[in-house]
Amino acid sequence: MKRSLAVDIGLPLGLLILLCIGAFAVGQFPVSPHDLFAVLWARISGSASGVAPTVDAVIWHVRLPRIAAAVLVGAALAGAGSTYQGLFRNPLVSPDILGVAAGAGLGAVFGIFLSVSIITVEVLAFAGGLGAVAVVYLIGTAMRGRDPILVLVLAGVAMGTLLGAAIALVKVFADPYNQLPAITFWLLGSLTAVTLPDLAAAVPAILVGLVPLYLLRWRMNVMTLGEEEARSLGVNTTLLRFLFIAGATLITSAAVSISGIIGWIGLIIPHVARLIAGPEFSRLLPVSMLMGAAYLLLVDTLARTMATIEIPIGVLTAFIGAPFFLWLLASSRRGWQ
Amino acid sequence: MILAAERLDIGYRRTKIGHGIDLDIREGEVLCLLGPNGGGKTTLMKTLLGLLPALGGTVKLRGRDIASFSRAELAKIVGYVPQAGTNFFPFNVIDIVLMGRVAHIGLFASPGKKDVATAERALAALGIAHLRDRVYTEISGGERQLALIARALAQEPQLLVMDEPTASLDFGNQLRVLDQITALARRGMAVVLSTHDPDHVFLCGDRAALLRDGRLVALGPPSLVITEEALAALYGVAVEVVELPDHQTHTAVPARGRKPFAR
Repeated sequence: MKRSLAVDIGLPLGLLILLCIGAFAVGQFPVSPHDLFAVLWARISGSASGVAPTVDAVIWHVRLPRIAAAVLVGAALAGAGSTYQGLFRNPLVSPDILGVAAGAGLGAVFGIFLSVSIITVEVLAFAGGLGAVAVVYLIGTAMRGRDPILVLVLAGVAMGTLLGAAIALVKVFADPYNQLPAITFWLLGSLTAVTLPDLAAAVPAILVGLVPLYLLRWRMNVMTLGEEEARSLGVNTTLLRFLFIAGATLITSAAVSISGIIGWIGLIIPHVARLIAGPEFSRLLPVSMLMGAAYLLLVDTLARTMATIEIPIGVLTAFIGAPFFLWLLASSRRGWQ
Repeated sequence: MILAAERLDIGYRRTKIGHGIDLDIREGEVLCLLGPNGGGKTTLMKTLLGLLPALGGTVKLRGRDIASFSRAELAKIVGYVPQAGTNFFPFNVIDIVLMGRVAHIGLFASPGKKDVATAERALAALGIAHLRDRVYTEISGGERQLALIARALAQEPQLLVMDEPTASLDFGNQLRVLDQITALARRGMAVVLSTHDPDHVFLCGDRAALLRDGRLVALGPPSLVITEEALAALYGVAVEVVELPDHQTHTAVPARGRKPFAR
C-alpha cells in the first residue's frame, strides 16, 4: 500500500526546513538560533531586533541569497531530472541528456573569455542551454520514421561532445591566470556569487517551465510506457514530448545559468524520490523537487564550512552522491526491474 | 464489419514488407494471424492500429480511412495489447489500467472516480481484481498480460489488437488468457491476435489468416485453412493435423522423420 501524500511530502519538507535553519546558523560567522529568530521576528514585526547589525547583514545579505539559490537550483535540477527520466524511460538520464549543460557551459565560458559582466555571462549560459536543446530537438524531428527518443538521445550525445570540444578550445585560448580559474570554477558549479537579483531573474523562468510539467503530470505517466504504447492509448506523443522537453529545458537552463554545472543531483535525486514516493508523476515531481532542494542545501552548506577554502559543489555532489547511489542500488529491489 | 483492409501494402518507410492484403474484421469474432517470423504479422498489426502508415491501399475503420482519425479518436475504438514484460516504472496495476482511460480524460486532468470504476470493472472482468494494488513489475508474466488486456478494456474499445498474447506464458496461463479472449469475443468484442501456435488458433480462432512473405496466403475457418499442406508451406516442417475424438477440436503435431511435402 502507498503511504499518504502528506507523509511523502511532509518528511522531505520538514527536513528541508531544518536544513534551512542549520544553514543560516553555521559558517565563518556563526549565528545562534536565538539571534536568527530575533532577526526574523524583527523583520516580521517591524520592531528592533536588538541583535548586532553585523549579524543582521550576514543573515540577509550573505546567507539568504545563498540558501535560496541552493533550494531553487536543487529543486529545479531534480524536477527536470525526474521529467527527463520518465520521458526517456531510463534511470541513467540526467537533465543534461539533450546538451543543456554543455550548451550553457559554452555560453558561460565564452562570456568569461570575453570578460563581459557576470549578468551577461548568465544570460549567455541561459541562451546556450536553450539553444543546444533546440538544435538537438530540431535534428530529432528532422529524422522521421525512427524511434524519436533514440534519435534525440544520440543527437544529444553528439551535441554534448561537440560543445565540450568547443569549451576545451576556448579554454586553450583563455588567459591562464584570470580567466581559466573562473572557467574551471564555473564548470564545477558554485553558488558563491549568486545575488538576489540573479534569483529574481531565474525564478520566473523556472516557474514558467514548471507549468507544463504540473498541468500534464498525469499524462507523464502514460509517456513512460514508451512511444508506441502511449500513441495506441490515444496520446499525441509529439506534442507532449515537445512540451515536457521545453519545460524541463527552461528549468535546467535557468538553474545552470546562475549556479554553473552541478552534476549528479538531476540523476540521483529523482531515483531516490521514486524509491520513496513511487513512480506516479504527480507525487514524484514535488517529492523530487523537495529532496533536490534539501540535498543541494546540505551539500552547499558543507562546501562552505568543511574547509578554509570553498570546495566546488560539483565535486561534493559527486563525492557524496555516487557512493550513496551505489549503496542504494545494491540494497533496494524496488525502483527499476 | 468494424475494420477492413483493402489491397493494403505494409512496411516501414521505403521498405515494403507486405503487398495487396485484403482483410476484414467483424464484431464478436477472433481473427488469428499465423505465420513464420518475418512474415509480416507485427507490421500488419501496426498498420491496422494506425501506428504505421499504409504504403498502399487503405485501412478503413467503421467505413472511414484510419489516417483521418486522431490518436484519441482511434483509441476509443481500437485497443492495443502489446507483449507483456517491457520494463515499466514500478506502477501499481490499477495505475497501469487507469492509463487505458487517457483518451477519455482531458489534457490537463487526472482520472476521476468514474475512470477508477471503469478500470476496476476491467480488472474484475478478467478475474484479476485482487491484483489491483500489486506492483506491476512484481506480478507474474500471465498476470501482467491480463493486466494489459484490462488496460485495453478500460479504453472501452470495440476492437482489440493483441501482439502474441500467449508468448512467454506458462501452459496454464496460455489457456487462461485464451479463455478470456474467447469470452470477450462472445460479448461482442472484435479481436485480432497474432500467435505462433496453430493449436491456439484451433482453440480460440473464428477465422485464421495465414501470412507468408508479406502476403495473405489463406483466410477462413481454422479447420479449413490450417492444413498439413498449409503448415508445411508456412514453416517448412512436416506436421500432422489430427482431429480429436470430440470431432470438434483439431491439433497440430510434428510428424517426425517425415520430410515436408512428402505426401
